[in-house]
Amino acid sequence: MTYLPLDLLDLSLAALLLIANGAISIWFRLGLERTLAVSSLRMVVQLALVALALKVIFGLDSPLWTALFALFMTAAAAYEVFSRQERRVAGPLTLALGAGAPFLAGLIATMFAAVVVIGPDPWYAPRYVLPIFGMMLGNALAGTSLVLNAMTTGAETERVAIEARIALGATRFEALDTVLRRALTTGLMPILTAMATTGIVALPGMMTGQILAGIEPVEAAKYQVMILFLVAGSTGLAVVAAGLGSVLLLTDERHRLRLDRLTPR
Amino acid sequence: MLRVEKLRIGSLPSLSFAVADGECLAVEGPSGSGKTRILRAIADLDPNEGQLFLDGIERQEMPATDWRKHVRYAAAEPGWWADTPRQTLPATEFADARTLRLVTALGLDEALLDRPINRLSTGERQRLALARAILDEPRVLLLDEPTAALDAGATEMVEEVIRYQLQARRSVLIASHDTELIDRLAHVRLQLAPTARAHPAGTASQGPLPA
Repeated sequence: MTYLPLDLLDLSLAALLLIANGAISIWFRLGLERTLAVSSLRMVVQLALVALALKVIFGLDSPLWTALFALFMTAAAAYEVFSRQERRVAGPLTLALGAGAPFLAGLIATMFAAVVVIGPDPWYAPRYVLPIFGMMLGNALAGTSLVLNAMTTGAETERVAIEARIALGATRFEALDTVLRRALTTGLMPILTAMATTGIVALPGMMTGQILAGIEPVEAAKYQVMILFLVAGSTGLAVVAAGLGSVLLLTDERHRLRLDRLTPR
Repeated sequence: MLRVEKLRIGSLPSLSFAVADGECLAVEGPSGSGKTRILRAIADLDPNEGQLFLDGIERQEMPATDWRKHVRYAAAEPGWWADTPRQTLPATEFADARTLRLVTALGLDEALLDRPINRLSTGERQRLALARAILDEPRVLLLDEPTAALDAGATEMVEEVIRYQLQARRSVLIASHDTELIDRLAHVRLQLAPTARAHPAGTASQGPLPA
């Protein structure tokens, strides 16, 4: 098995399929032509830039540049998640939690994978560390985003019950424990579902990529299993950190529920 | 005795007053004058300024959770976080015996404790929440519309229970639209509008403190 590189002509042919999408939009008057053009152009430009940046960073093989790129990935991901939050606690602490929890969870899982499991030389080899960190980060962020949303909506809808418990002398963690447990379940559900259905519904992207690149399916599957273990671990860490952090943000040190801190709808 | 000094909540004028043991203070004023806000602030449920003393001990000297074990707010709309009322009560033998007495005194059947919340009437829920609020014998009761959902008979039973709390030297602050109930229970009145000051009435033992 060999790896078959794509040239510009191959890509142009594949892009022809987008024209079908455009035709659908015009035919059904969906008005999505513009969005379609912008989205596909963004995709091409972003991937080209990332590929170039990765090429440079792989060449440099420097821990500093690897770390900087990982931070950049975190910032970009956090921004995406943030723009999708319905309501959140106003102020910089939410951002710190929303970006910090997945970043730390991703960092821990990636270091663990690099140092203990895979063992590349050097251990920070960007070729291994950055793609793995990206997968950890993406999943941890998705989980964090779900938890933050579930915590604010839960606190809002359960306000009367939460305050009843607080009035009876409960601590903030006791009063919010139902909401917290439900939010954690919500945050963990995607990875649990992903593990249960992986390979049956669709081949995971990374495994597909490795197979296309000429790796034996069994070897590719082994990598995928490791990645899913790591993803489960880092998502769990991020989800718990986001949930506990949310309790602190939604309440104050006098154990009061502080829905007044939420951004206006 | 509960002493409130320069309590400030948002834009409401600052309030100072005291409620002695066994005394009932009625918080009065039109809708929107801040009755609920004041009761909530005394239980430290919303951000507020001022000093509150329970038997000379300032609120900030104890954890907020301890303060609320002594100074208990019972909301007009009771909250439930489990399927049945009993699951929201402390599960001790003492509590069980006391629950039974309280529930009976409030004219309710003990079987209601194990009925799903959504199959209870508004009035039943309100009385069960009142029983839950006084179960662990807090020193100060902050009752927000305790009879809003009740008929005359049930109101009478709630009134009896409140009277018993007063006899047991507990302080009661009550906000209610039932003026007759207030007339029968209150020793002191706190009129919130137009100027929020305490006016002693009837057998008041405590007058207003300078604001």
